Amino acid sequence: MSGTMAHEQAVGPAGGIPGGVPGGIPAGGGLQARSGAALREARISVRNLDFYYGDHKALKSINLDLPDRQVTGLIGPSGCGKSTLLRILNRMYSLYPGQRAVGEVMLEGRNILDDGMDLNALRARVGMVFQKPTPFPMTIHENIAFGIRLHEKLSRTDMEQRIEWALSRAALWGEVKDRLHTSALGLSGGQQQRLCIARTIAVRPEVILLDEPTSALDPISTLKIEQLIDELKQDFTLAIVTHNMQQAARCADQVAFFYLGELVEVAPAAQLFTKPQKKQTQEYITGRFG
Amino acid sequence: MPNSDQPEHISSSYEGELRRLRDMIARMGGLAERQVAESTEALVRHDTDLAGEVIQRDAAIDALEREIEAYCIRLLALRAPVAGDLRLIVAAMKVAHDLERIGDYARNAAKRTLVVAQQPQVGSLNGFQRMARLVLENLKNAIDALVEDDAERAEEVWGADEPVDDIYNGIFREMLTHMMEDPRNITAATHLLFIAKNLERIGDHATNIAETVHFAVSGDTLPEDRPKSDTASYAVVRPPG
Repeated sequence: MSGTMAHEQAVGPAGGIPGGVPGGIPAGGGLQARSGAALREARISVRNLDFYYGDHKALKSINLDLPDRQVTGLIGPSGCGKSTLLRILNRMYSLYPGQRAVGEVMLEGRNILDDGMDLNALRARVGMVFQKPTPFPMTIHENIAFGIRLHEKLSRTDMEQRIEWALSRAALWGEVKDRLHTSALGLSGGQQQRLCIARTIAVRPEVILLDEPTSALDPISTLKIEQLIDELKQDFTLAIVTHNMQQAARCADQVAFFYLGELVEVAPAAQLFTKPQKKQTQEYITGRFG
Repeated sequence: MPNSDQPEHISSSYEGELRRLRDMIARMGGLAERQVAESTEALVRHDTDLAGEVIQRDAAIDALEREIEAYCIRLLALRAPVAGDLRLIVAAMKVAHDLERIGDYARNAAKRTLVVAQQPQVGSLNGFQRMARLVLENLKNAIDALVEDDAERAEEVWGADEPVDDIYNGIFREMLTHMMEDPRNITAATHLLFIAKNLERIGDHATNIAETVHFAVSGDTLPEDRPKSDTASYAVVRPPG
């Protein structure tokens, strides 16, 4: 897998300890970072990015940095291009003919839009979690092991440790450790979504993309996912698309507002929600959008 | 420049609630203005009945403050406001508090007027009238700036408190002189000094309101050091002989 060294660095100490304690990371660090600390250096840099669905230009000259080990919230009305941007960051769009991206998306000094990019390796480095939980129709254990086997050959012991680590990091271990070999479809919606997050982090990506990850969940499950996001940013860089403005306010370090394929404004969350610079942003977030 | 060309909120009930909040602030501002105006009028005309009315009416201001505060807490809890809406609601709470203080100063001036009215006249009360006029104008402009979303008007008020301080300094020196001339003036002059100080404090609260309004409308805070010329704090009295 390319970029393994850098990847190891990015994951950091917690990532190297299989079986880390679930929920063992104090929330204080996250809060502090959100309340005032400056944004970190970019893990992913998007430069002059245009995107086309056939002839339709869906994104126009986007420039955006995803700061390392911080959460970027993408907000905007339906069809504004925020999910499209997410689908570019792991080249998901390449699965569909007629869709193309022009510009640069730099990850570790490489433009991931280049033809020569190894897409399987890229998708292991840039993981994605979808709106609806998508567990495979297999056991909880296999749901995690499946993805790992695609990218790595682990001994049985290492595999078991990795699975426990991933489930623990996704704050699910305590709830499933006695039923690892039962079907994942028997889990609740919130548990299924945490399983999908565990499956994503099991291959130890650098970046995690979340496309409305809680829109199908009840408020408590939603809060658990948000708490998880807060913990995951110790090790991973995250981008979350959400229609829930309060969720963006709660989770994100920086928030980007998209409208009609353009990035209207990007700012630290506290600034965007107290003093947006652009009139369009103010009107959208206060609910005055025409 | 007024910036009320903002489109209406999609939720008409939320829009209505924000409008109601502005109306409540306007009403409380109007009441505070009336209290300041009538307490000064009572002083100048030695009208103890009017002073009594001012004292009675203060309870209404206090009640409005509690009402506005409860309403703001409700909006914060139920609407999760952001950006300009959030700033307006937080500003409303702060402004209501300033207005409540202004009401207290007016009531205190009215109470002292009851005493002053029983004492021999000490000097002219023209300075009090002028001071009240300036303070009232600032107060009115500050409240209007909030109701009309006008940051520039707020900034003008913020810079317009100096003449108030100048008149206060003049009254301070004048009252000291009267007291030195004749100890029988001391009771009235002392109360008048406090009344002048009350007006000066009311002026300060009006500029506080202007600062708050400026932040609510523009999102920017005004600088720390407001133009001031209240020098009475450093005054020294040298008794004759």
